[in-house]
Amino acid sequence: MADKMTGAEMVIQALTDQGVEHIFGYPGGAALPIYDAMFQQDKVQHILVRHEQGATHMAEGYARSTGKPGVVLVTSGPGATNAVTGLADALMDSIPLVCITAQVPTNLIGSDAFQECDTVGITRSCTKYNYLVKRVEDLPRIMHEAFLIATTGRPGPVVIDIPKDVQFALGDYYKPDLDTLRHQSYRPQMDGDLDAITAAVDLMMKAERPIFYTGGGVINAGPEASEHLRELAELTGFPVTSTLMGLGAFPASNPQWMGMLGMHGTYEANWAMHDCDVMINIGARFDDRITGRIDAFSPNSRKIHVDIDPSSINKVVRVDVPIIGDCARVLAEMVRIWRSKTNQPRTEAIAPWWKQIEKWRAVDSLGYKNSETTIKPQYAIERLYEATKKQGKEVFITTEVGQHQMWAAQHFHFDKPNHWMTSGGLGTMGYGLPAAVGVQVAHPDALVIDIAGEASVQMTMQELSTAVQYRLPIKIFILNNERMGMVRQWQDLLHGSRYAHSYSESLPDFVKLAEAYGGKGIRCDNPAELDAAIAEMLDYDGPVLFDVLVEKDENCLPMIPSGKPHNEIILPDTANIGDIIDEKGRALV
Amino acid sequence: MNAHLQPTGSAYFLTKETQETERHTLSVLVDNEPGILARVVGLFSARGYNIESLTVSETEHGRRLSRITVVVIATPKVLVQIKLQLERLVPVHKVHDLTAEGASIERELALIKVAGSGEHRAETLRLADAFRAHIVDATVESFVFEVTGKPDKIDSFISLMQPLGLVEVVRTGLAAISRGPKGM
Ligand SMILES: Cc1ncc(C[n+]2csc(CCOP(=O)(O)OP(=O)(O)O)c2C)c(N)n1
Ligand SMILES: [Mg+2]
Repeated sequence: MADKMTGAEMVIQALTDQGVEHIFGYPGGAALPIYDAMFQQDKVQHILVRHEQGATHMAEGYARSTGKPGVVLVTSGPGATNAVTGLADALMDSIPLVCITAQVPTNLIGSDAFQECDTVGITRSCTKYNYLVKRVEDLPRIMHEAFLIATTGRPGPVVIDIPKDVQFALGDYYKPDLDTLRHQSYRPQMDGDLDAITAAVDLMMKAERPIFYTGGGVINAGPEASEHLRELAELTGFPVTSTLMGLGAFPASNPQWMGMLGMHGTYEANWAMHDCDVMINIGARFDDRITGRIDAFSPNSRKIHVDIDPSSINKVVRVDVPIIGDCARVLAEMVRIWRSKTNQPRTEAIAPWWKQIEKWRAVDSLGYKNSETTIKPQYAIERLYEATKKQGKEVFITTEVGQHQMWAAQHFHFDKPNHWMTSGGLGTMGYGLPAAVGVQVAHPDALVIDIAGEASVQMTMQELSTAVQYRLPIKIFILNNERMGMVRQWQDLLHGSRYAHSYSESLPDFVKLAEAYGGKGIRCDNPAELDAAIAEMLDYDGPVLFDVLVEKDENCLPMIPSGKPHNEIILPDTANIGDIIDEKGRALV
Repeated sequence: MNAHLQPTGSAYFLTKETQETERHTLSVLVDNEPGILARVVGLFSARGYNIESLTVSETEHGRRLSRITVVVIATPKVLVQIKLQLERLVPVHKVHDLTAEGASIERELALIKVAGSGEHRAETLRLADAFRAHIVDATVESFVFEVTGKPDKIDSFISLMQPLGLVEVVRTGLAAISRGPKGM
């Protein structure tokens, strides 16, 4: 490098060298040098958000739908604190983010300067790693190292806090040799232990009641991982279920697919988890929404667990064959070893198991009573799914958090990875709308829909303005039940139907609101008109806020109440869910 | 109650932890960088692990490495988690469970101030001699002793000083190293 660069220019140079095309951000005093450097180039495009939380969720949607890291730029103090929710969300769901936060000049740090906050202190426990850059000489190394750490191993968010004087300081830019970075302390294990993989395949070859339980790790390991999973499922003939985060890794249209498992998973998936003799967990982490009551979790199975994070192994559930490694590589090895031993699936040996699964399937746990007068939320999603299939476009779905999220997971079906974006671990209301914006930035020609609740969507509503500004034609499909439906359901289940603050009072007129933002608003409350209204939404070339007035008191079922074993699942035909749980249930989470 | 002791994530079926807790000494090799101690301590508080003792100091200046010795009390299952969670931190190079890995040497240093006169003073000196405590400061009415040894030796010295005019104590916390030729 001949000429000296400012720290701010180094930031842009490093982003360019990392192949970053889009960055989501919001300016402020401490970040102005970086904004100035950004203004003078055209390689990195900046998307101006309306709230820094929105920037982080956009970056998450962008990352999850592309497999590339999402990049965020915010100012010091309130800019950084507003970004915290998205960082925590990305940590929980293992999403690669690089978040650059500006900081007050180094000589003012610790003086309670204007817009100062201890960003590295605040974000330490909600990032995979974070840095305070004190010298411009360190900046190029840290920028590149941050991308390495965010994207490798178990992905996660990384914060780089850059004081304003470091942004102004002159120095030499360099591209560090990545092999020497963190060479001793940071080395994710990618290849699984061959003996362990062989032991796993041996177990699988003897299984009579096997099940693949797959998770977000398969998505994070890239499209090859999903390919290998499909191959392995075909080779073995085993049934497949997945967590909320793993939807799409295995095609929902495949007959071996059993639907999602867990708290709102299907009857067949949960019963099969409970009764299986060999469980093959690939990139899932035995989350409490999956296991239910731990001492009753799949009591008679041998468990294989593939995870890139060693601390996930035996954290919650004791497993028989732990395999630490990247899901794609381990799955490829499993395929290779299975092939080397046989070219037959275990069709005959597991035929009785499939027969049993078919019996559970026949229960039709996702069934619901439709209505001619009110739109059932499940029906709305089914019709949306049918309509989008005919569009001939890539379809990406994001969600907010609540009943609508679970109904979307149950009734919208995914055949490809990276097309389903939802806040699983943290359960962040307000995730879906900005995430949709981020997805649409990455895929301008795709159909991107946020399946929303009327309460959640109001948490980050203002990002509709971002969508309008950048002509991002996202569709926001609000299942408006005028309730915080999921809260109301738990109050029915556990608190004697005392609906403490779970009403959505004083709702805005969403149609007018959409128009006020410069988008299109649609409302529908009649099942007979729903298809036409959905078509109108899909045909419109611009952002749409669709207010679907649905049945107000529908419960999201099936449901395994927290702390219950899988075989105590509540089915849709249960008349009164309030009778199911006794007094002890009050303190449930 | 600690989050990791609630495996269902639910308060519904709180089960009592049945496994017995054990006391283990971990040796943690880390990059000596700003905030590393906060990272380690923050991990313990965030995940509800208990720290009994913690010492930290740079041990290899050239490579900017520090060694943290931390004593924890936990069930065997949680001990494994603590080790894995520590290893997950980016600047952590290695974690050794010295207690689990065989023989190790554990030492602590204490400075102990005792004030008194007459027969007490003579008794104080006799005991200090038996414990090989060095006098590092003396006045006509007080001593400061320096004692090194295993923590329980220091404990017993302190309790013997109690009736003889103990004023105050500072302890360094534990430093530990494995026996034999091999390093970390
Ligand atoms: C930021 C945040 N605050 C609170 C909650 C707790 N919570 C979970 S679901 C829910 C209600 C969501 O209501 P709505 O968006 O209308 O969805 P519905 O359940 O009605 O489909 C609430 C308050 C949360 N998940 N996130
Ligand atoms: Mg609602």
